[in-house]
Amino acid sequence: MSHKILAKDKLDAFLQGLCRDQDLFAPVMKDGKVGWAPVTTAAEALWEFSNSELSPKDFFFPQTECMMRFKNVQGDPQGMIMQAEPALNKPRVLLNIRPCDAKAFQVLDMIFVQDEMTNDLYWRDKREKTTLIGLACNDPCPTCFCTTVGSNPHGTTGLDVLLTDIGDKLVAESFTAKGEALLKELPEVTRQDLFQAGELKKAAEAKITSGVAVDKINAATVMELYDAPLWDRVMESCLNCGTCTFCCPTCHCFDIQDETQGEAGRRVRNWDYCMSWLFTMHGTGHNPRGTKKDRVRQRFMHKFKYIPVKRGGEIGCVGCGRCVQLCPVNIDVRKVVNDMNA
Amino acid sequence: MRNTYIPYPVSIKEVRVETEDKQLKSFWLQFLKNEDAQAFNYKPGQFAELSISGYGEIPIGIASSPTEGRDLLFTVNKVGSVSSRLHNMKAGDIMGVRGPLGNCYPLKEAQGKNIVIVAGGFAVTTLRSTMNWLLHPDHRGDYGEITFIYGARTPGMLLYTEEWTAWQQSGQAKVCVTVDREAPGWSGLVGFVPTVTGDVAPKPDNAIALICGPPIMIKFTQPVFDKLGWQSDQIIMSLENRMKCGIGICGRCNVGPEYVCKDGPVFTKTQLTSLPQEY
Repeated sequence: MSHKILAKDKLDAFLQGLCRDQDLFAPVMKDGKVGWAPVTTAAEALWEFSNSELSPKDFFFPQTECMMRFKNVQGDPQGMIMQAEPALNKPRVLLNIRPCDAKAFQVLDMIFVQDEMTNDLYWRDKREKTTLIGLACNDPCPTCFCTTVGSNPHGTTGLDVLLTDIGDKLVAESFTAKGEALLKELPEVTRQDLFQAGELKKAAEAKITSGVAVDKINAATVMELYDAPLWDRVMESCLNCGTCTFCCPTCHCFDIQDETQGEAGRRVRNWDYCMSWLFTMHGTGHNPRGTKKDRVRQRFMHKFKYIPVKRGGEIGCVGCGRCVQLCPVNIDVRKVVNDMNA
Repeated sequence: MRNTYIPYPVSIKEVRVETEDKQLKSFWLQFLKNEDAQAFNYKPGQFAELSISGYGEIPIGIASSPTEGRDLLFTVNKVGSVSSRLHNMKAGDIMGVRGPLGNCYPLKEAQGKNIVIVAGGFAVTTLRSTMNWLLHPDHRGDYGEITFIYGARTPGMLLYTEEWTAWQQSGQAKVCVTVDREAPGWSGLVGFVPTVTGDVAPKPDNAIALICGPPIMIKFTQPVFDKLGWQSDQIIMSLENRMKCGIGICGRCNVGPEYVCKDGPVFTKTQLTSLPQEY
């Protein structure tokens, strides 16, 4: 919508504006790792980093989230009746989110909000109250492959604003009314600034040298991929540890559990993972995904076949490369997908 | 905007022990609020999450038919912590119902056709709903012959005996109820469901079949239908898988790209042949 300039010596003033009546979060360095934390000044936030170790999905889909509460007394007029938790009381801004993560949340929007019944108000409330200010990747990692799964180091999908670091200043581009309002006071960009941002984008894209191809996956039937011999090999090294699912920005499986303490009761949802044997086990003991192979296959098939089939070709992966970095047995999603596509 | 995770509060109106092993109990549930009862618009074949605060939720097929009024009937096997807790609850206790969830049997599409229903064990629940719906004076005229084949291990394991006896006596449907072995006091059919189905030999012309039962029954019933000339798209089945959200998000009940909770639980045999057997 508009292109503005944010000088680096004006960052603190900009951030002050952001946190006036909102909670502001950004990637920070903590114990040698990049994680998300509340910030109020530019110095607290990171401006040069690859990406946070875990995705910021926790802001919309917390690892543990109370959904509803009840009075744990049978016979009380209000007893045992579930009451929804209140909505988020303050809007939020996520600053310096990477374009891949922003894109991931747009994919998740299609899953959490589909129609009147599949309308996850917990997800939706936090999404609607959060502004995303992205920071373009000028220096992608060797594990990044976003350009081959529909994202981009300078991608704008799902963002309100994208910042591009061009040296002593940032080019700020807005894509929504919310983003536009934030940039209102900033000076206009020059043609030279825009040219520089464009060159940085091309350079960043050129640095992404690995990737996946999905053309044959798209053309194949579910059963052809399901019965492909590669799963026997992929499953051998997998430990079913679930690390890939926890760091993944699009993994969204969850469990719902009840908790009580005296008269207080609540229903919470927790991240769950398809690598778990219990995940699909029936009360009878029958387990439709009872083997490790079934579970390993499920994760890749879900992201690269099932989601595309159901969501108009959208892939359930944004190429952030976290699972490649963190897998303890070096399973590389790029290799698995390229084998699926063979 | 309705939060579809919050159950409607209901009270247990009546509890009935259904089977001689006491593992199956039926619960009639009454909505506490009239507007909730009105919002709960369901069709035969759909299910709901039964919610017991402090224990959790279980997905259970709705055994009542909307033609029977506002109260809901569920017949529950005692298996895990939620169903065990439910078995210990009594009339007047407060619990919750979330739904209706999933798709329904294609009864609208089947107008003008003959309907064959094959049920084994306690999978008969949503087919009880279907039978009550089909036999209702408002709907009976829209369908041709109705055949109801139902089997259980013993006479004491048969559900809804009063009702299928009434259907039999009404002459509105051909009712064939069987038990696995001869039993004292049982004068009805004896034999496994696939055998009885073979004897009844339902014709595939202008018909659909709804088949629900344990995997072993389905495995041996399918060849019977194949031999009688039935096509895969005439055979309708209902799946069950472990569920949590019930609305197609939480990721565990999927069979390939299809979520049993949202895209199912009702699928045609044609659909199932193009999907992994993860159920």
